[in-house]
Parts: sequence; C-alpha cells; structure tokens
Amino acid sequence: MPEPVGDLLVEMDGVSKDFPGVHALRACRFELRRGEIHALVGENGAGKSTLMKILAGVYRMDAGRIRLKGADADIASPRAAQQLGISIIHQELSLMPHLSAAQNIFIGREPRGRIPFFIDERRLNEQARTLFSSLNLKVDPQAKVGKLTVAQQQMVEIAKALSYNAEVVIMDEPTATLTETEIDELFRIIRKLRENGVGVVHISHRLEELKRISDRVTVMRDGQYIATVDTKDASIERIISMMVGRTIYEGAAEIPETANPEVVLDVRALNRGRMVRDVNFTLRRGEILGLAGLVGAGRTEVARAVFGADRPDSGTILVHGQVAHIHSPADAVRLGIGYLSEDRKRYGLAIGMDVESNIVLATLRRFADAIGRVDFRRTRATAEQRVHRLDIRTPSIRQKVRNLSGGNQQKVVIAKWLTADTEILIFDEPTRGIDVGAKSEIYHLLNDLARQGKAIIMISSELPEILRMSHRIVVMCEGRIRGELSGAEATQEKIMTYATMRTTAIGPQTAA
Amino acid sequence: MKTGPAALTQTRRVRLVRSDAVQRLLAFGALILIIVVFSLASPNFLQFDNVVGILLATTVTGVLALGVTFVIITGGIDLSIGTVMTLSAVMTAIFLTEWHLPIPLGIVAGLATGALAGLVNGVFIAKLKIPSFIATLGMLNVAKGLALVISGLKPIYFNDTPAFNQAAMGSVVSAVVPGLDVPNIVLVFFGAAILASLVLSKTILGRYTFALGSNEEAARLSGVSVDGWKMAVYTLAGLFSGLAGVLIGARLNSAQPSLGQGYELDAIAAAVIGGTSLSGGEGTILGTVIGAFIISTLTNGLRIMSVPQEWQTVVTGGIVIIAVYLDIVRRRRQA
Repeated sequence: MPEPVGDLLVEMDGVSKDFPGVHALRACRFELRRGEIHALVGENGAGKSTLMKILAGVYRMDAGRIRLKGADADIASPRAAQQLGISIIHQELSLMPHLSAAQNIFIGREPRGRIPFFIDERRLNEQARTLFSSLNLKVDPQAKVGKLTVAQQQMVEIAKALSYNAEVVIMDEPTATLTETEIDELFRIIRKLRENGVGVVHISHRLEELKRISDRVTVMRDGQYIATVDTKDASIERIISMMVGRTIYEGAAEIPETANPEVVLDVRALNRGRMVRDVNFTLRRGEILGLAGLVGAGRTEVARAVFGADRPDSGTILVHGQVAHIHSPADAVRLGIGYLSEDRKRYGLAIGMDVESNIVLATLRRFADAIGRVDFRRTRATAEQRVHRLDIRTPSIRQKVRNLSGGNQQKVVIAKWLTADTEILIFDEPTRGIDVGAKSEIYHLLNDLARQGKAIIMISSELPEILRMSHRIVVMCEGRIRGELSGAEATQEKIMTYATMRTTAIGPQTAA
Repeated sequence: MKTGPAALTQTRRVRLVRSDAVQRLLAFGALILIIVVFSLASPNFLQFDNVVGILLATTVTGVLALGVTFVIITGGIDLSIGTVMTLSAVMTAIFLTEWHLPIPLGIVAGLATGALAGLVNGVFIAKLKIPSFIATLGMLNVAKGLALVISGLKPIYFNDTPAFNQAAMGSVVSAVVPGLDVPNIVLVFFGAAILASLVLSKTILGRYTFALGSNEEAARLSGVSVDGWKMAVYTLAGLFSGLAGVLIGARLNSAQPSLGQGYELDAIAAAVIGGTSLSGGEGTILGTVIGAFIISTLTNGLRIMSVPQEWQTVVTGGIVIIAVYLDIVRRRRQA
C-alpha cells in the first residue's frame, strides 16, 4: 500500500551511536507516518530506547541523518525536539509528585496574572481541563500527581506531551506497569492521537499487545535495524524469530548436568504485591538455575523476597528441607543465602573502602575478639587468599574498590559472600556493565562455584547468557512463573514465548 | 458499571485533603493544647504582657523560619541564617552609628547584607554544586567571623538614633485601639508572613520552589532554569535573615555580634514542626508560623513555671524529634 511522501513525519537513516565500549546503534533506519502507531520492538539492549532518545534530543547521534516532514533536522536538545513537535514519554515518569496535574503540565510555561511573577492559577487549571477533555481524560487537574495511579500519571505525561503541540509522540514501554483496564484506557488515548494525525512510536516488549494497537512494527536487534512490517501481515512467532535471530553464542551449556538430587532451597507459593505471584521453584546443590524474563517481570522482586530484603505477603521458604523464617537479610545470611545485587555500587559494595574491608565486611564479627577488637592479621590473610583464589586483579588489598574494573568489583562481592560461607548465591544480572573479556571470567567462576557444590540462581536479561550457563531455566512474566525448561531443551524462541505470555493469553491461574 | 478513573480521582482527592490538613491541624492542635495547659498551670501565662512577650520572642525566629521554609521545600538546608542575621544587624549599626546615615538607608544596608550572603550561598550551591549543608555551614562561620571583625568584638548601641528602637517597639495598634500595646515589629513579622505566603503559593518563584524539591530533573527537562531559581531561593532566605537582623537590632537597641548562632536551629525546627518536609516538595508558611509559635510558647510557658533553662532546651529538642517522627509515620502510611 503506497503512501504519499508528504505523509512521512520522520525519516531516520544510517543512525549510529557509540557509548564507551559499546556500539549501541549501527546504521539504523526508522520512519514514521502521520496518523500511524508504529511499534518498535527488540530484546533488552537492542537499541530501541537509544534510537528514540536520539530522535527526542536526549542523545546526539555520531553519524546518520534525520528528516522531519521532508526537511533535514538537527535535534540538539530535548528543548529543540519539543519545539520541532517531538515529545517523548520516558520509561521512568518525569513528573513532580508534589505538584498538581495542571501544574506539572505547564511547568515552565505558567500563564501569568496581571501582577508580575504571579501565576494565573485559574487559567492554568482551565487550560489543563480543556486539554484533558479534548482527550476524554477523567483526571482532576488540581489533584496532586503523587496521589494519582500510575496509569493516570501516564495520562498526565501524555497530556503534557501534547500540550507542546507534538506531532510525534514517543512512548517508551508505557504499559510496563499498567493493569489490563488501564492499558485499555491508554490504548483509547493512543488511538485518539492517531485520529488527530499524530505519529505515535510505541516501544514495548509485549508482543500480543502490538497486534492490538500498532499499524506497523519495526524490529531491532543488537543495535541494528532488522525489518519493518505491516502488523496485520506479521505473526507473533515471526516477530519473535526476527528479534532473537542470531545464533552467535548459542550452544549447549558449558557445564555437565549434575545429578545431585539434594534440594537446598524450596520456594513454595511465594507472593508479594503485583510483582511476585504464586512463585514456586526448587534449587539443588551444584546447580545453576537461570531466572529468565524481561525487565520488570518480577525476577529481582523474587530474589529480594527470598533474601528477606522485602517481606513476602505469603508463602513458604525451605532451606535444606527446614522451614526458614527469613525476615531480614541478616536472617538470610545466617542461613547461608547471599544476594549479589544488579546495582553493585549501591547495594553490593562499600565503594569508597578497600578490597580487604569489603571482603570481610559481612563477617567482621568472626575476626573480632570479645570486646570488638578486630584481628587485622587474619582479615588481611583471608583477603589475600580470596584475591589470589578468585584472581581479583588489584594492585593490593588496600586498593579502593571504586578504582577496580566492573568485573573485579563483581569478584570482590563474590569473595565477600564466600567468606561468609554462603551456600546459596543469587546473582542478579552478574555481568551488567562488565566488558566481554571479564564476562567469560565471571562465567568460569560461576561454573567453578557450582562444581564446588554451591547452589546458584542467576537472574539475567541476556538470553545467550542464560542459555549458556543454566542447568535449568525458569521463565517469569508479570510476577508469575510461566514455564520451566531444562538447559538442553531451552532455546531463545521458547524462552521469549514464555516471557511474553501475558495473563490474557493463557487465562487465569489459580493459586496453589 | 463504569467506575473508572473519575471515581478514583474523587476518593483520592478527598483523602489528600484530609492527610495534608491533618499535619497542619496536628500542629495547630498542639499549639492550642500548650496554651491551655500553661494557662491552667499558671495565671500569669495569659497576662497581656506575657502574651506580648511571646509575640516578641516569635518575631525574630519566625522571620528566619519564613526564609528557611523556602530552602527546605527545595530539598536544601540553610544553616547560615542565624549568623547572617547578626552580620546584617552589625551592618545596619555601622551605617547608622558609625556613618550617621539616615535610618531607611541603615535598614536597606541590613537587608542587602542578608540578600548578598544568600546570593553567595546560592551561587556555591547551584553553580559549584556544593551540598547546601556544607556551603551554608561555611557561610555560618564566615558571617559570624565578619560580624565580630566589623563590630570590633563589641556590641554597637543605637544611642544616636533612638527613633530606630522607637519605631520598632512603639505600637501603631495602640493608637487605634487604646491599651492594646502590640509592638510594631510583631506587625512586621505578620506582614512578612503574609508576603511569604503569597510568594510561595501564588508566584512563579513559589511554584519552582516546590518543583525543585519534588523532582529537580523533571523541572530541568521541562525547561525550567533550575540553577537560577535555586539562587533566587537562597537569596530570598538571605533577605529574610537581613530583615531579622534589622528587627533584632531595633528590638535590642543594639547589634550584638556574639548573638545569633543557634537561631537557625530554632527556625528550622519551626518549619519542620509546621509540616515542611526535610526531603523537599512540601511545606506551608502557615505551618511554619504555627511551628514558630509552638517553640516560643513552649519556651515561655516552661520559664513561667520556673523550669530551668537547660530543661527548656531538652523539651524543645524532644518536640522537634517527635514532629519529624510523626511526619515520617504519616508519610509511610500514605505510601
């Protein structure tokens, strides 16, 4: 179906962007028509958000060109993008919770009263009300944004985007935290935008959702453009195969299957809020259990609940067959459970302290005598030994952890947990922010630990990593476990199918 | 039935009004309770002279608290307001007593000194990105030192300009209502409070004060010149310190260079008791005024009941901790 050229709002061509150590985008293409809802899909890290942030002026591209309505455009800043009629609604909402909906929408552009510096609050609310009613939105302009539901906050963001007379609206995973009815409401608004001739870019992981809402789909993978297809011609299976197409890392797991039957961790009917729903799984000695799923599927929440960082609403956790009462991370540590957070700098390490201090941090009491004097000869010996065994590359154990590379920081965290005699290790995105060489070292280390009889849960958003490392894989979506695969039978396609399986697709589940 | 977002918004709004009002009602209720308890405990408490004493005692801390309320709402803190007040009083004294300039010029000098110190705070915090706690702690000492140096370590008395003290302590009110000798500086405080309230709730400056404390990055992405407004807020706090300096000088008929440190903590306490959130984004001038009265009334009442001064300090300290704790409980329940 040929479209008249005048209908093209955006043409991006040959767009490349490097971040230190990564080719985020390589010669990417994208186009958007007037009155079109265009879905942009790809795995985590495929480059979708980066491409759209370039269009919205958040990042500058290294190479390529952008044409808006047929004319070359230079989008130097978010402000410039707004003036060109491009608005982006970020994944993390950027609203001011203490201000009202109307105050948020017109921040920086308040209608002034007669006295200088005074705001005409009535006109402000009136303008917001007009805006909302043009979108059929039932939000009180004077309600504080912090008191609105996430869905309503999203609507406020959309209204704000449109108040700049946006012709291009980019939504980065707008439905990630919404309920079914809230999504219906959002889609109603998006369709209304389409009727008004706005071009909407919809970034999402939820594939069956795209069938409902989008006109065309563009697939990206590894920072590259793959294809653009009409939604009605493409099956979900075909889109998935385009998303995961590569086979570079795939292959059998490097470690032999362990036949050790000893279950060290047994999680039964664990519930916490919306992100952990009726979660059941077991973990055996010497096993690496991959916890797969898309960002926001509830994997970290499960780990935090098991570790006692968040209190579960219900459920039972058995450690070595005994019912464990884990009310705090301290309880978990006593039971031999260690959690290695995805954000090492915030939760895993005392970044300004040296290697030695970090390694003995969780077990300092063991190195102290009755009145609390620390035996620094022993802490030093222990730290030296760990540094040697794990091959942590540091000039000395006195080096500040801040100055180590990501991979070596990760090893310091591991050393800390090993010092605490941890039997069950939960790794949350263990290779995030680590370069390729160091990644394989971390993989070897995980294999070694499993061989020594540690039980490991590995949360990862990188499918090749999950496939390569796991004996068994549990796949989550929307807080539920959607499927379990053995390392041998797992493929990227199977995991993605489970990971995008939403409630509506498989019907209601009953709690066990 | 379609009970969509509309119904939700309604119930939520009702709850919002209630929870916000609760904090202010709580503070106001506490003030009433304090007054009732002390008036039952001592017949002298509600005597006219004592009430005027409370009003006078509230004036200076209150004016400081008005300014620091703005700063705290942005998510910052200003520890320098007490000694900047002192420096401003000393500058007014220099203008009037040393240089024999007209009284209005002396007042302007005091206000300008405060505003300038505030502007310097603002530049360090907004442009050089020094944490407000550190920047204003530095300014606390700088202003304290300058006040001592300029005054030559000695109090400067306004003996040549008796009109200065008379204007402050005289009573316009008693001219209208004979016998009601409410000193003029109390009126200045209430006037300043009304002005501050208008600025905070009705002007661009007030709006951005809340925006900064609520989500600075969001404000920046919306094109608000975050640095500029931050400097304006600290300058405003400095201006209020300058005003407090003029008032305390006029009231004591002297500039006392060693007086001032410690006032900032009372002022911050007043704002916090009145419901201004130390994490930013929340606060009202009315709340701060109530908070200032709670502190001064409590101090006054305890003194009347012959509680030693050391214990008065203990009590006000405890009140601040309780107020902050109640705020945290309230917030946790909302979340």
